Amino acid sequence: MYVAVKGGETAINNAHRLLADRRRGDRSVPAMHLEQIVEQLGLAVDRIMSEGSLYDCELAALAFKQARGDMIEAIFLLRAYRTTLPRFGYSNPVDTNRMHIERRISATYKDLPGGQLLGPTFDYTHRLLDPALMGSQDVETPVTKQAAEQSTPRVSQLLTQEGLIESDGDLPDDHQTGDLTREPMEFPMARDVRLQALSRGDEGFLLALGYSTQRGFGRSHPFVGEIRIGEVDVEIDIPELGFAINLGRIRVTECQMVTQFQGSAKSPPQFTRGYGLVFGQSERKAMAMSLVDRSLRARELGEDLTAPAQDEEFVISHADNVQATGFVEHLKLPHYVDFQAELDLVRRMRSEFEAAQERDGNAGEDLEAAE
Amino acid sequence: MIDHTDTANPQNAVPQQPEARKHTMDILASATANELSSAWENWEPKPNVDPVRGPETGLVMVRGNIGGGGAPFNLGEATVTRATVKLSNGKIGHGYALGTDRTKVQQAAIFDALWQDENTRMDVEERLVQPVAERIRTDDARKQDEVAATKVDFFTMVRGED
Repeated sequence: MYVAVKGGETAINNAHRLLADRRRGDRSVPAMHLEQIVEQLGLAVDRIMSEGSLYDCELAALAFKQARGDMIEAIFLLRAYRTTLPRFGYSNPVDTNRMHIERRISATYKDLPGGQLLGPTFDYTHRLLDPALMGSQDVETPVTKQAAEQSTPRVSQLLTQEGLIESDGDLPDDHQTGDLTREPMEFPMARDVRLQALSRGDEGFLLALGYSTQRGFGRSHPFVGEIRIGEVDVEIDIPELGFAINLGRIRVTECQMVTQFQGSAKSPPQFTRGYGLVFGQSERKAMAMSLVDRSLRARELGEDLTAPAQDEEFVISHADNVQATGFVEHLKLPHYVDFQAELDLVRRMRSEFEAAQERDGNAGEDLEAAE
Repeated sequence: MIDHTDTANPQNAVPQQPEARKHTMDILASATANELSSAWENWEPKPNVDPVRGPETGLVMVRGNIGGGGAPFNLGEATVTRATVKLSNGKIGHGYALGTDRTKVQQAAIFDALWQDENTRMDVEERLVQPVAERIRTDDARKQDEVAATKVDFFTMVRGED
């Protein structure tokens, strides 16, 4: 018999009101404005947009505030919001070659056109807590220097000239760009869908997997060919106008990971590449993504599949933190009936076990007695 | 490609300049809410504005290229707001911009329509398009110079006499 159980409505309402109170905290402390979050906690906003797979700084800041700073909750809120909106279309691919560059470094070439631009980086800081930031004192304006009138081509374009590195990833001409927000996932996956999944994947999960490839679980000998961060134009074709218009700019981080490759039956020795492209300023995520992209190409390149980071179904099925948190966190919801059923089952098995022990024990005694 | 803009009112047709119009619409999309609203507040006489579509907010799936230049893939979505208006001069204007600001995009659509009318085009150029384009150029140049100051100048340490 199934008995529907209701209740808890008042408790739930009061819990949400308590949540709102705790979220606001001490009323004598000023409430945060979304502009403050966007301007001063920008990398948190970037991560929410990247893993929420929705570029909108203001909404991401709202999600961050509403979630009390819980990243995955904020990402969940953004994902839920996007389902309420219609899709207007697909943009033309963003051109990272024409990026308004804020940072650009290469670990493979010291001198390269456009140079090494450090930009606003944590690198080379001493990682000492700065007591000056406990207050709100004025910050110096940045130093400026006349920028050279020089283009900054992608490093991958420099390397291809020698023919020792594979080209940008091509797919067959008749390939329809996959979209995992529209079609169910299928394995094996084409690289385009895999990159979409990785770009919105959990930073911590991808970081750990990328790290595992460095430590020997599917070795890939990686070098950072290039990391570039900056704004790119988002253009979309407008059918009623007959031309593409620029909707504005978004900030992205791109990582070209270059890995030595000894060759296989399928491919000659050369440098192969892993690609990372994520919303916002997040080079850790872009680097991890490019490492995992490369390791997931093991089958395509004819490498032995030995490591977790080379297992496409394992990696892609578990990279999405909204799915992961949904399944893990559902365990805390009422499972009273399930548990009662299991309790009955365990009781029955236990009594059978004990009965069997008693029987065997008696049999043993009988045996001894017989001897 | 047929331009529907002028089919509504052919006698008012101006020579088509898709590149100039694209430039204008690109700038209008990048204009801030303040730039558009102050231009609109100071605009006299104001035309009658009939909303044709929206303003409405939706999503555009932003694409990238594998490896930077290879096959396209879907990177993630962005919020986009669009609006279409018809003015008393018969012109139909479209506004598009990233984000969710409906007022801003509605005003961009109005200025797109005003730009298409030869009688008001110069005013739109002078009061809005050129100043916004100039502001964007200045901002970009400043940011570029700030980044240029973080460029690494390598030097070689010479050791020994020979």
